[in-house]
Amino acid sequence: MTRYNNMELMITIAARTLEDGAIVLVGTGVPVATAMLAQMTHAPDLTILFEAGGVAPLLPTMPISVGDSRTTFKSLKATTMAEIMEFCQTGMVDYCFLGGAQIDKYGNLNSTIIGDDYKKPKTRFPGSGGANDLASLCWRTMVVTPQNDKRFVVKPDFITTPGFLEGGTSRVDAGLPKDTGPYRVITDIGVYGYHPETKEMMLLSLHPGKTIEDVKANSSFEILIPEKYDMTTEPTDEELEVLREKVDPTRVIIGRG
Amino acid sequence: MSENLKKGTGELFTNVDPDKMRAFVREKNKKMLSKITTVKEAVEKFVSDGDYVAAGGFGGVRIPVAVIHEIIRQGRKNLGFSGHVSTHDCQLLSAGECFDRCDAAYIVGLEARGLSSNARRVFQSGKINVTEWSNGALSWRFKAAAMGVPFLPIRSMLGTDTFNRSAAKEMLCPFTGKKVAAVPALYPDVAIIHVHRADIYGNCQIDGIVVADDDIAKAAKKVIITTEKLVDNDEIRREPNRTVIPYWTVDAVIEVPFGSYPGNMPGLYFSDEEHLSEWLKVEKDEQLFKEFLEKNIHSCKNFSEYLEKNGGMEKMNKLIQQEHLLK
Repeated sequence: MTRYNNMELMITIAARTLEDGAIVLVGTGVPVATAMLAQMTHAPDLTILFEAGGVAPLLPTMPISVGDSRTTFKSLKATTMAEIMEFCQTGMVDYCFLGGAQIDKYGNLNSTIIGDDYKKPKTRFPGSGGANDLASLCWRTMVVTPQNDKRFVVKPDFITTPGFLEGGTSRVDAGLPKDTGPYRVITDIGVYGYHPETKEMMLLSLHPGKTIEDVKANSSFEILIPEKYDMTTEPTDEELEVLREKVDPTRVIIGRG
Repeated sequence: MSENLKKGTGELFTNVDPDKMRAFVREKNKKMLSKITTVKEAVEKFVSDGDYVAAGGFGGVRIPVAVIHEIIRQGRKNLGFSGHVSTHDCQLLSAGECFDRCDAAYIVGLEARGLSSNARRVFQSGKINVTEWSNGALSWRFKAAAMGVPFLPIRSMLGTDTFNRSAAKEMLCPFTGKKVAAVPALYPDVAIIHVHRADIYGNCQIDGIVVADDDIAKAAKKVIITTEKLVDNDEIRREPNRTVIPYWTVDAVIEVPFGSYPGNMPGLYFSDEEHLSEWLKVEKDEQLFKEFLEKNIHSCKNFSEYLEKNGGMEKMNKLIQQEHLLK
């Protein structure tokens, strides 16, 4: 059997995309685990921000809330949500990490409702939170999510958070800051980017043991498969050790498999 | 070009005109008088049915739990409220079925802890009028109100259903021609905020993240403050740079130690995760939930009784230790 589960794989791969010296805005769960792992391996000078006001904490453990005391533990600054969003709006923040109940081929995310009646939804989710602001204003939006055809949909019931909207130049046409947008989607099957012109989701690398069939069978929309794509480099023993022993010793996140 | 500019279809629940607020503020008594009262009296006097309420803090961090319990006990109805990362506060107000309209940026969830099944039931019932926003948009709406301007131009929300269901409007920047979203100032009728220390006049200091509370206090017509500790005015004057809320915005001050429980109070005590899990669990059973609310809110004469029923000082000491990473 493999030396790691899907959650450990996704977090490890996502952590590698964060370069040393970057500024990343994270939420609780997978995003913060990813940033902590990057910080404890190849990116010691990665700066972590939380939307509630925590700036550059030296996280002792994973926070439960993006505003709890851990998010300002030995931090450089404890501030307001408006100021954090203003850091994003001024172009200071390189990465944000998001999730959602649904994602489409342009990376648009739904975390608001399931159902076709907005006034009386089948399922109500929290809504945007800070996600819409982060995906609008940070340079690169990262999504880490398990992949299946219920989550990878042709048309989300609600577009909470902007990806490339309708593809092409539609994101910039809508007024969102230029050169921003979805960057990577990391799932339990592969790593995806976006086509430079059409902005459709495109396979970049396939995880060990996964096939193109898995990519296709677990998405309701067609994912572009280029002629050349990479094979994902497996998590190293060192990455797994840091993740298990330092980032998430109680297995709150990685225990979800 | 301008005829292509979009407008959100969501309802705007509050006044946007800064001159109305200026006129209100002009009449407010600005003398430095004692605002000391009780939670019960403050809610009786300053929270009316139909009011629009904004809660400070961040969902499960530095939240005004004592005042929210009292709003439920006194049976306030048809409130409006701003879901600006409202987690346990949204869960509480949903349990009391206190509101009928909501500016929603983050509702029904408790972040990593999961979703509140009862808050979802309330929001899925079709009885709540919801207008969507992002957290940034709501923060900037409070900021616009605190600045005394009718709106702020922002660069998020554009192109999404969040915008379409908001009450924001697209406009072109008069300088650059770029499209921006104009978000209207949000002036709540009442703000309820829990702070680390305040004097009897309502000068308040907050440790750790401020979230939006500096702006919310300035934006609201009436402000109720609960404070962990009541301090002498000299203590405020000793470090005036730490004052987040000045006295003239404040109408009521009540000392409520552990007033953010079961939420976290930065630097003082951590959140009670056992109790919050119990909340999420009992909500799934209607009868159990009714009994739970009776025990923890309706039958409590005040906030100390709620604390006593949930472990009292022994529990608080544990949460203090957890906050300081002593265990």
